[in-house]
Amino acid sequence: MGIWAVLMVLTGVTVFASFIELGDLNIVVALVIATIKATLVVLFFMHLYYSSKLTKVTVVAAVFFLFLLLALSMTDYLTRHWLTNPMR
Amino acid sequence: MAASDIEIAEHNLQHHFADMDQQRETSTFGMWLFLVTEIMFFGGLFCAYLVYRATYYQAFVEGSQTMNIWLGATNTAVLICSSLSMAMAVRCAQLDQRKMMVILLIVTMLFGAAFLGIKAVEYHEHWTHHQFPGPNFQFEGAEAAGVSPQNVQIYFSLYWAMTGLHALHMIIGIGLVTWITIAGARGHYSADYYSPVENVGLYWHFVDLVWIYLFPLLYLISKKHGG
Repeated sequence: MGIWAVLMVLTGVTVFASFIELGDLNIVVALVIATIKATLVVLFFMHLYYSSKLTKVTVVAAVFFLFLLLALSMTDYLTRHWLTNPMR
Repeated sequence: MAASDIEIAEHNLQHHFADMDQQRETSTFGMWLFLVTEIMFFGGLFCAYLVYRATYYQAFVEGSQTMNIWLGATNTAVLICSSLSMAMAVRCAQLDQRKMMVILLIVTMLFGAAFLGIKAVEYHEHWTHHQFPGPNFQFEGAEAAGVSPQNVQIYFSLYWAMTGLHALHMIIGIGLVTWITIAGARGHYSADYYSPVENVGLYWHFVDLVWIYLFPLLYLISKKHGG
């Protein structure tokens, strides 16, 4: 019940925060709130907090590999304009 | 434990497991492994989203202006409520409260149906405004905003693909909940054996989780809401 209340409040906060101009920080705020909500869902609604070590390791590994997928892809796309290719 | 309960427990214990605890543990772990593949499945789309958002940021801002934030926020709340009723249903299954579990599962399905209903309203809105990628795609005001309609189309391609895949998961989820509701009403689960309820619950929460990220990423890109 408490978790539900926190999730609802955070949903309100994320909508509210999106109306404030924070420049590049808007996306950061939105993602931080989303990640807090996701963590609460995983830990308590999905009982990960009470699960075995094996399950915990599996979930952490999944998040890690998702991060690798996103971060390594972005190291490519976000840095392309840093170098000008003389062949183009 | 009554004699009939022991019978149920023995009946539900597959011969390759030592005891019910090990069986439950294995089943939950298996479900998590499946969810890991789902994370990577959606992860590909999120990656595509990030790449195009970084490349055509202005077009994504323009595209996201057409989203109805209040419908999106309502849907987020609806899904969180459905997750709560689902979590409570699993709790009831653990405590052998069969009647309450069935009621909560039905409530969960109603929330799920409400989500899909609101989503359908949004889809209809986008469809009638030609905001569906393809030959009929139109985006008025693209020139005025200084962005290429083609790039806004990329936003909408991702919007439809990501929310569409999510909606498909919701439909599958409602199907799964229907199944455990019927099986639960027939008394197939007990405090000793409720893995299907637990695992469908995990799936349901996962689908909620995906939406928790989809909502800010697709709806709340920039504060310039509604122009």
